[in-house]
Amino acid sequence: MSEKEVKNLDAIFEARIARDEKIEPKDWMPEKYRQTHIRQISQHAHSEIVGMLPEGNWITRAPSLRRKAALLAKVQDEAGHGLYLYSACETLGISREELYEQLHSGKAKYSSIFNYPTVTWADIGAIGWLVDGAAIINQVPLCNTSFGPYARAMVRVCKEESFHQRQGYEIMLTLCKGTPEQKAMAQDALNRWWWPSLMMFGPTDAESTHTEQSMKWKLKRKTNDELRQQFIDQTVPQADILGITVPDPDLKFNEETGHYDFGEIDWDEFWQVVKGHGPCNKQRLEARVSAWERGAWVRDAAMAYADKQQTKKVAKAS
Amino acid sequence: MKNEDLYQYILGIADNSLILGQRLGELCGHGPTLETDIALTNIALDLFGQTRSYYQYAAKLAGGVKTEDDVAMLREEREYRNVLLVEQPNTDFAFVIVRQYLFDEFHLLLMQELQNSKDEMLAAIAKKGIKEVSYHRRFSGDWVKRLGDGTAESNERMQQAVDDLWRYTDELFHLTKADREMIGQGIGVDVSQLRDTYYNTVTELLQEATLTVPEQEYFQKGGKEGIHSEHMGYLLTELQYMQRSYPNMNW
Repeated sequence: MSEKEVKNLDAIFEARIARDEKIEPKDWMPEKYRQTHIRQISQHAHSEIVGMLPEGNWITRAPSLRRKAALLAKVQDEAGHGLYLYSACETLGISREELYEQLHSGKAKYSSIFNYPTVTWADIGAIGWLVDGAAIINQVPLCNTSFGPYARAMVRVCKEESFHQRQGYEIMLTLCKGTPEQKAMAQDALNRWWWPSLMMFGPTDAESTHTEQSMKWKLKRKTNDELRQQFIDQTVPQADILGITVPDPDLKFNEETGHYDFGEIDWDEFWQVVKGHGPCNKQRLEARVSAWERGAWVRDAAMAYADKQQTKKVAKAS
Repeated sequence: MKNEDLYQYILGIADNSLILGQRLGELCGHGPTLETDIALTNIALDLFGQTRSYYQYAAKLAGGVKTEDDVAMLREEREYRNVLLVEQPNTDFAFVIVRQYLFDEFHLLLMQELQNSKDEMLAAIAKKGIKEVSYHRRFSGDWVKRLGDGTAESNERMQQAVDDLWRYTDELFHLTKADREMIGQGIGVDVSQLRDTYYNTVTELLQEATLTVPEQEYFQKGGKEGIHSEHMGYLLTELQYMQRSYPNMNW
């Protein structure tokens, strides 16, 4: 293909996106579009899978059978999200094994929030309320993103996430209406999860490297700072209802802007975790690698069995 | 308690689902593939669902202010009535699958009989459970075949699991005092009558999976009488952690 023809294809492609048409796996797409989508969708899939670990940590210790079943179902939903996001990613010409390899080698990233430990039951509430709440704000715009399989996966993911978010908030509400010990547990969880949740929206716009291109492809519709502000504006009144305090002395409603002003995020901590040195980065990755390695004989056996069955079928037919 | 035997009988069934569900819950997020992870979590969810129905019923029988969680989480180890098989640890995926299969095959036979119980509540729970348990048995049975007849390594691991877990199968068919009482009243299932069907079916499937059926003379028992293996205390420590640390609270 000549350079001129590629340029022409490029122009047609960008025009389709501008018209809000969906790009499907078999359509022509610029290599950079493909790579960017593999990166983002797989990062999202990895986040779902790694995200199972901090919450899975409380399945055996959930305080009631009802909570235990709800938590199991939630973690299972995350596995399901991982599954369809990996599938969406595979339509771009990369295998699940390759994607896992990228996760296990540390080449691919996942959401840093899951590198924090879940130390009390209230953390399960806080994750649902804050982490899923932040995820929804990040993800709702993606239901209209340009790549068809991703957009469709996100519609389902967002529905389930908003259910999880309500469930998490309900755990917090129960704790806050409970004994002083329970309320203290809820406050402590908010103290620990608040700032990392704000960090989920990524670096400030000035520092963010991918924003412009992502906006064009509708992988992003608002900037990190806009989304972060939206999260804060939405979440602070919810904390008020719970009767617990957001751990930010500078947090104040600004009558002029109609938004909350908030304190400085600890960007050193942000980068430390992103670079792999958060409290649980090592454990999370080890857990994933170990599950994968310990499962190798199972996957090999399943393949061998399927081959044998196939051979039997062929032998029978001939 | 007026219905002590019925209460104990219910625990004898429900505790199996609770403890096996708890074991499967430990695995969530650590399975060999996402698909098996999701399937095993499904099974755990079914088991907890059944458990809750039984315990709600048991709590009602116990009267007073007892809840399903009191029944599930606030008993002493000696008061749990589950068989030894279901409390065995997740040694590897072969143990998980074999433990599941050896239980599912029994569980299905039990549910099929329990749906005819004179106790309407138990019959209803069983009827609802049959569909779920049939799926569990299909899943675990398929995996026994797949791993038994997969590679040399998988066959070896499966054989090890079968050899180790076989000793816990006989207990499934033991009758407790509560069992006998309930059989007499047309409420309980005479599990001792299920033994032959069980071993015939299991033997057939293990053979199809190219696994050897162990020839064991000696079996382990005790769970039904509340005498558990040393694993049980640790399992209960996690299960009861919140209820014991923060008594009398709503969650």
